[in-house]
Amino acid sequence: MSTQQEVQSDFPIDWEEDHYVSRRDFFKFLTLAGGGLAAGTVTMAALGSRPRSHIEFEPKMIARKDAVGIGRSITFSYPREHDICLLVRPTENEFFAYKQRCTHLSCPVEWQPERGRLYCPCHNGAFDIRSGAVLQGPPPRPLPAIVFEMRGEEVWATGIREGEQA
Amino acid sequence: MSERQFYIDPSRCIGCNACVAACSECETHAGISMIHLETIERSNSVQTTPIICMHCEEPACAAVCPADAIKRTADGVVQSSLKPRCIGCTNCVYACPFGVPKYDSQIDQMMKCDMCYDRTSVGKKPMCATVCPSQALFFGTPEELAELRHGTPVHDFKFGDKTVRTKVGIMMPAGTKTMQVRSDTLIRKTDLMEIARR
Repeated sequence: MSTQQEVQSDFPIDWEEDHYVSRRDFFKFLTLAGGGLAAGTVTMAALGSRPRSHIEFEPKMIARKDAVGIGRSITFSYPREHDICLLVRPTENEFFAYKQRCTHLSCPVEWQPERGRLYCPCHNGAFDIRSGAVLQGPPPRPLPAIVFEMRGEEVWATGIREGEQA
Repeated sequence: MSERQFYIDPSRCIGCNACVAACSECETHAGISMIHLETIERSNSVQTTPIICMHCEEPACAAVCPADAIKRTADGVVQSSLKPRCIGCTNCVYACPFGVPKYDSQIDQMMKCDMCYDRTSVGKKPMCATVCPSQALFFGTPEELAELRHGTPVHDFKFGDKTVRTKVGIMMPAGTKTMQVRSDTLIRKTDLMEIARR
């Protein structure tokens, strides 16, 4: 078949021929589309299973120690202005910092000092204050923890540790 | 009774522009006329002729279209360009031996006569043929034509060695089979008068 004939058979002028799909073309499309979807799924799964446990950010002063009363919590922004986090002080020398967005549907969690946990009122989810692990409810992952350090009387955030897949 | 066909009779055209106005009134391409009213040797004559798409058997416009945007339906009507495909390259405008396709830069798309497909496909006459007062544009069966006219419709046009066969016919003197289109020769009215004087 000459090049011109090939072009004419691939791009026919007549409407009906143009709409006609041969069995071979149909299966070619099916195989390619199926293969593409399979390859895409494998790639996404491989990317998703890669560990991303620790992310570094610019250190930032989040609060003075005495700004948080014993058994109380305060909110702060880290690393960006709209990333709201919680700094909790259950006892005098213990501090914990987590992102405030529940890992289920991003509702803000609240500190329940009497039960020693972070509670999400949207769907009854709860996280352990010491590890951030899921205690109950639908959240799929522990709360991401804010890595921080004490510099004298000040609390400085230095990074975020993503919770591992439950 | 056979299928209705489209015929152009240039000798009947009075240049009234009714076809152009009727074409642009169609709601599928409102305001844009897809018919041409051509003057013939304007310096010597007031003769005009309407040009509609001739709907070739081997449409040059569709053959040169790089975007595969011009299609012919089963009834032999070469359709206007498909909006999602047309890239506005104007290849068809240059390729058409009859100069039919028009490029509209405002919508960046080629528009051409599709024999009022919305009308003719449901048994109505094309807009231009319904309004033409002298019936230079005639839409009817070959039998009706033979009864009403003396000439014969020509469907074969010779451009050099290439013969273009069309669905639409142009009325020529009785007995004419093909029309020789020769761009290098032009018979002017003054030439004919000189021949007559000899």
